Amino acid sequence: MIYRRFLNVPTWRLKSPFDELERMRQRMDRLFEGAVAPHQQTLAGVFPLINLTENKDSYYVRAELPGVKGDGLDIQVTGNNLAISGERKIAAEEEGARYHRREREAGTFSRMIGLPGEVDPNKVEANLKHGILTVVVPKAEIAKPKQITVKS
Amino acid sequence: MANTQSKELKAREKQEVTSPAEQTTPGLVFTPAVDIFETEKEITLLADMPGVKGDNLTIDLRDNTLTLSADIAPVDNSDEQEILIEYQSGRYYRQFTLGELVNQEKIDAQLNDGVLRLSLPKVEKATPKKITVKTG
Repeated sequence: MIYRRFLNVPTWRLKSPFDELERMRQRMDRLFEGAVAPHQQTLAGVFPLINLTENKDSYYVRAELPGVKGDGLDIQVTGNNLAISGERKIAAEEEGARYHRREREAGTFSRMIGLPGEVDPNKVEANLKHGILTVVVPKAEIAKPKQITVKS
Repeated sequence: MANTQSKELKAREKQEVTSPAEQTTPGLVFTPAVDIFETEKEITLLADMPGVKGDNLTIDLRDNTLTLSADIAPVDNSDEQEILIEYQSGRYYRQFTLGELVNQEKIDAQLNDGVLRLSLPKVEKATPKKITVKTG
């Protein structure tokens, strides 16, 4: 027993040089996953692309919807799901207009967003300003963090 | 036009400016999607610029180069934590070369719901006048 301690080598398992290689390979994999993931996340998306944030009271869903009017939007909350659907219209221009570029698109959209916690569906507010939709979904009382004071 | 109205919109990543001419401020810069069409009288440009307020937008026409640049109004979300981020926001920048002379004084720009509509009236060409030769 004593000589083991002196050598300071864990003897319960013999290391092979391939162990080290295997660990290196795993580390490389993790590195590449991290580099590729943020792009894949957006490519799988459904229109409109959203940003979801939270603070201690609410969830905030933001989406860029230029040229969409408030009455062209339909927002519904069912359980923990927020559904945003609507149509983006581009008015037809006058006859005889010749196009040089046409990159903007019109069409319908529909998206369901699963919120990570319990929400209060009665107090949802939606705001459309400068082409950006902001939906504020208050968290349900049970989902809000409670400050606990320690009595001494 | 009627059949394109009902099609389903696809999610698209915002186009980042690949070689900005000159960037002095840090942050992301995007290329707005545009429609450009012309009629006999004017050239009209429509650009999607969500998050831009009128006073943050600069339209510059110099020689034949039209430059659009815009800053977005900052969103106050410092107390929020990100859960899912699918799009980034930043400035907008795009340049166009105009093939025709534009009457600078009559340029009209409107920004509604994040869409810019820019009307560039063409310079009126001298209308050909018919000259009758009197014989007397």
